[in-house]
Amino acid sequence: MLAYLIRRLGQSFLVMAVMATIVFFGLYMVGNPIDLLINPEDDLAAQEEAIRRLGLDQPVYIQFLQFLKGVATGNLGVSFVHNTPALELILSRLPATLELAFFAMLFAVLIGIPLGMFAGLYPKSPGSRIIMGGSIIGFSTPNFWQGLMLIMLFAVFWRVLPSGGRGETTELFGVPVSFLTLDGLKHLILPALNLAIFKISLVIRLSRAGTAEVSLQDYVKYARARGLSEKRVVGVHILKNILIPVVTVLGLELGNVIAFAVVTETVFAWPGIGKLLIDSIGLLDRPVVVAYMMLTVFMFVMINFFVDMAYSMLDPRIRIKAGKA
Amino acid sequence: MKYGIWTLALATGLAVGSSAVNAETLTAGFASEPSSVDPLYHNLGPNNALRKHMFEALVGEDENLAIVPMLAVSWSNPDPLTWEFKLREGVKFHDGGDFTSRDFLYTACRIPNVPNSPSSMAGFTKTAETITAPDSHTIRVTTAAPYPLLLSDFASFGVVSASANGHDGPVTYSKDGCEGIASYPPSEDYNSGKAAIGTGPFKFASFVPGDRITMTRNDGYWGDKPYWDEIVIRPITNSGARVAALLAGDVDIIEKPPVQDLERLKSDPAVNVVEGPSSRVIYLHFDHEGEPSPGITGTNDKNPLKDIRVRKAMSLAIDRKLIVDRIMGGQAVVARQLVPDFMRGVDPEIALEEPNAEEAKRLLAEAGYPDGFNLVLGTPNDRYINDSKIAQAVAQMFTRVGIKTEIDAMTASVFFSRRNGYEFSLYLAGWGASGAGMASPLRALVATQNKDKGLGGTNRGRYSNAALDAEIEAALATVDPAEHDAALRRASKIVVDDVAILPLHFEVTPWALRAGLTTTPRADQHTVLTTVRPAN
Repeated sequence: MLAYLIRRLGQSFLVMAVMATIVFFGLYMVGNPIDLLINPEDDLAAQEEAIRRLGLDQPVYIQFLQFLKGVATGNLGVSFVHNTPALELILSRLPATLELAFFAMLFAVLIGIPLGMFAGLYPKSPGSRIIMGGSIIGFSTPNFWQGLMLIMLFAVFWRVLPSGGRGETTELFGVPVSFLTLDGLKHLILPALNLAIFKISLVIRLSRAGTAEVSLQDYVKYARARGLSEKRVVGVHILKNILIPVVTVLGLELGNVIAFAVVTETVFAWPGIGKLLIDSIGLLDRPVVVAYMMLTVFMFVMINFFVDMAYSMLDPRIRIKAGKA
Repeated sequence: MKYGIWTLALATGLAVGSSAVNAETLTAGFASEPSSVDPLYHNLGPNNALRKHMFEALVGEDENLAIVPMLAVSWSNPDPLTWEFKLREGVKFHDGGDFTSRDFLYTACRIPNVPNSPSSMAGFTKTAETITAPDSHTIRVTTAAPYPLLLSDFASFGVVSASANGHDGPVTYSKDGCEGIASYPPSEDYNSGKAAIGTGPFKFASFVPGDRITMTRNDGYWGDKPYWDEIVIRPITNSGARVAALLAGDVDIIEKPPVQDLERLKSDPAVNVVEGPSSRVIYLHFDHEGEPSPGITGTNDKNPLKDIRVRKAMSLAIDRKLIVDRIMGGQAVVARQLVPDFMRGVDPEIALEEPNAEEAKRLLAEAGYPDGFNLVLGTPNDRYINDSKIAQAVAQMFTRVGIKTEIDAMTASVFFSRRNGYEFSLYLAGWGASGAGMASPLRALVATQNKDKGLGGTNRGRYSNAALDAEIEAALATVDPAEHDAALRRASKIVVDDVAILPLHFEVTPWALRAGLTTTPRADQHTVLTTVRPAN
């Protein structure tokens, strides 16, 4: 397992290095951030002064070498806009995104699996048709539109939930979280649901297909023949066996949800890293964008690693193979 | 599909009406977030708007950007090189400390010492040779040459408290670096609130980056007490979400409501839309230098824009009123000079121009281009109200007189880099004039580029005209307001007569508030919540 972990980490560093290089030069080619940061009233001398102060007067390879030097010492650069170390800036916004992602995944599992299993067990019932039709809508409508519709219904029309923002937060182990206060929870529901809709649809489809397939397996028939209660057949024998594909996909999706909650965070003015990324791209705040990308790659690698671990817990056969490899 | 939602949104907004909102707290949805609470960190719109709530300048700018007393009650010029300001007595900082001349000196000292400022305030103090404090409530400033824009410069930065910044001794200002100040606090000390001590109507309460900035009323404020106990600024960058937040009653006022929703917002009884003229002119700038010019073909590598007849023809080809009516929905004022009529330096003799396509064609033929030429017009598509749509309309108007125009629209970050690299033969951009009035666009947009004199900083058309430069420099060399304005008027006439630049219109800035509230629109487009109040 340790050798495996080391190999995975090695791969991830390579990917991170390539990613950082591409993003660095890509943003350099888009434009010069100083043209956006500087006040146009400033005269030419002041403009040059600001360019020099941010190190943007250097040729690009020098800038890149300086960036590499910083990375080697654990410094991913300082935000041009906020004058805060880029990594610190991202980490300060990360709890908000993690909380949102966690609740979105929770919704996906708690809503998606039961509905999907129901549709798999009773494919001909009208309820199943409604569930499957709903999942198609969840798949096929754009995320920002769903978000705006949620705002329209719950915030503007019924006025039961706020339209955006994070609301009241409390400290949990020194990290600000929303879900411990009523106000915070109210602010959390809509964006989490918005982020979850696509995942719910996905989980419904996966668990329906899985349930339909597993229900016909011999061991399920045998379990039924042994006279086990329906509750035990569905809750243990079927549920456990459909979880592998669901966990795989959710693992991959978790990375997506954390790294690219951009649309939801923008529509709901949620102060997470997605909103930070969009604002930083708009202002060509290169240190922040590069650090974000490196962190994202690292996170994806780690999530995949944990997904592999989860497999081996769910399926002993994978564990044996990994042990031999 | 996007518009469909808003039809629904506004219909539901109508049906529900306004909900009761706590009258004591005002919540505002801003289109962009200030990058810091530090008033001296970043000289840019959102930061300067935020600053006005907590930190006050020596002199103020009213809603039409005319200079008014603020922390200084009066000022005079004992001679053209000296300015003397009398400070307001009895002004207290938020921490209870007295505001004195020492704080202004400290502020001037700190300006060049804000670490990593992306756009420094240093330009506003660099003309001052010496700044001294003869007594606790007098400031004396000397300049190397007469400098009439000192007031407008000193209106542009907020005064911070020396004591709250950790300096208790006396302050001596020196152009080459003040002595005796051990260290200056970083901008983070302002974001945390530690050093965010000003004299303004609101006090800093908290700053959660990306989510909200909260301020409470300063009960010891020297001027009119603000109406609100507490104000909350929330950055909601998505314009649709901003409107939704207003309709949901989560915020009480939003800036920059999307233009396409404006008519519907106006017809919603739960919403009050307030509009006011701004000092922001939308203009087209010619390439006066390139030969051949990068975006022009069909002229045998000549640059036709150097010919005044071609520029005149292009000006005549544009129907500005049509653009204002059809594209801006009336949300703009037709322009011919670079600042609106209510600002200083406008020549009232210059009339607006009537479009005349026939005359334009005749001038083009006379200049040797009877069949016109091909032109690419560069424009941002997310920076100014309807920017790329305006460019499309202008392109059609040019094409009608024979100049076959294509537009090249792009996001602001790309546009400004390319423009500053002189990649356009003609580009659309905007300029929000400061309180300096006509001097502001003249010295930045059309004065010959000159680093030493600080002129032509945004003259990316590389226009150069000795007669104009002489008038601008004459205006900048006299502190006598009448003489200064007269020189500006003469300069403005030269710009119009030579068609150095093509002003199209001045933006009108809208704000949307919940019904029952109103605000005073500011020409600098800043949202200042101090002026938000019940409508009656």
